[in-house]
Amino acid sequence: MDKKFMVALLVAAMAVILFPLFQSFEGGTQLSELGQYYTQNGVSDTGATNLVASVVVTYRGLDTLGEVTILFLAASIISFFLSVSKDDRIENRTVMSVTEILSTASQTLVPIIVLVGAYILVNGHLTPGGGFQGGAIIASGTLLMFLANPNHKLNHTIIHVIESTSGIAFVAIGVIGVLMMDGGFLSNKLFDLGTPGEVISAGAMPLINIFLGLKVGTELSNVLGIFVESQNEK
Amino acid sequence: MLTVLAAILGIAAVVGAYYAIHNEKLTAAIIASGIVGMVSSILFLLLAAPDVAMTEASIGSALTTAIFFFTLNKIRQTNG
Repeated sequence: MDKKFMVALLVAAMAVILFPLFQSFEGGTQLSELGQYYTQNGVSDTGATNLVASVVVTYRGLDTLGEVTILFLAASIISFFLSVSKDDRIENRTVMSVTEILSTASQTLVPIIVLVGAYILVNGHLTPGGGFQGGAIIASGTLLMFLANPNHKLNHTIIHVIESTSGIAFVAIGVIGVLMMDGGFLSNKLFDLGTPGEVISAGAMPLINIFLGLKVGTELSNVLGIFVESQNEK
Repeated sequence: MLTVLAAILGIAAVVGAYYAIHNEKLTAAIIASGIVGMVSSILFLLLAAPDVAMTEASIGSALTTAIFFFTLNKIRQTNG
C-alpha cells in the first residue's frame, strides 16, 4: 500500500512536470534552418533521392561511424563474456525436434529474407532503408536459420573477415574523402554523382551503404551465433 | 481513420508493455515485449518513418525477442 502510494505520487509528480511542456507544444509550421537546407539542397548535394540516407550517410556520417563503433564494442563484449571453451562444450546438444513447417519455411524464406535485406541496402540511397536496416534484416534471416537448425555453426573466420574488411573499407572511404576531396569525412564526391534516381548514382553512398550493411549484418549474426553456441555450455 | 488506427495501436503497445511487466510467466512476458516492438514498428510506418519501422521490426521484435529467449534458456540451464 505504502509502496503503491509512493509510485502513484511519483507518476503524479512526473505528470505535473511534463504537463506544461505538453500544454505549450505547438507543431512547427515550417522546417528549421538546417532542415530547410537539407530538403532544398540534399538532392543536388548528394545525388540521393532518399534524404534520410543522405543525412545519415553523408552529412552526419561521423555519427554513423560512432553508431557502428558502439555496435562493434557491444558485439565484442558479448563474444568475450559468452564464448564457450572447448572443454565445456557439449557436442551436438539434443534439442527439441523442429517441426516440418519450420524447417521447410526456413529453407524457402531464408534466401528471400537475405535477398530483401540486400535489396534494401543496395537501394539505400533511393528508397527508405540503408545499411543498418538491410543488415538487420539479413541478421533476422540468420535467426530463422538458427531456429530451424539450432546445431548449425557459423563459420567465424568468414564472418570476422567480412566484418573487419567492411569496417576498414568504411573508414577508408571516409578518410579518402578528407585527403583527396574538399568534401570532408565520408564525402560522397569520391565518384560521379550521376543522375538522382538511378542505382549507380549518389557518389560513394551505395558503396558506403553496402559496407555498412555487411558490417551490421555480420555483426548481428555473429552475436546471435554466440548466443546459440552459449547454450551448448555444460 | 488514421488517427483511430494509431490510437488502437498505441493502446495495444501500452497494454503489451503492462502485460510484459506484470506477467508471472517469463515466456509470455518476452512475447508481449516482442508484440510491443511489432506494434510500434507499425506506428512508425504510420508516422511516415519507414526507415525506423524497418529497424524496429527486425531488431525490436525479432532479434531482441530471440536473444531474450536464448538468455532465459541459459538461466534455466544454470539454475537447474
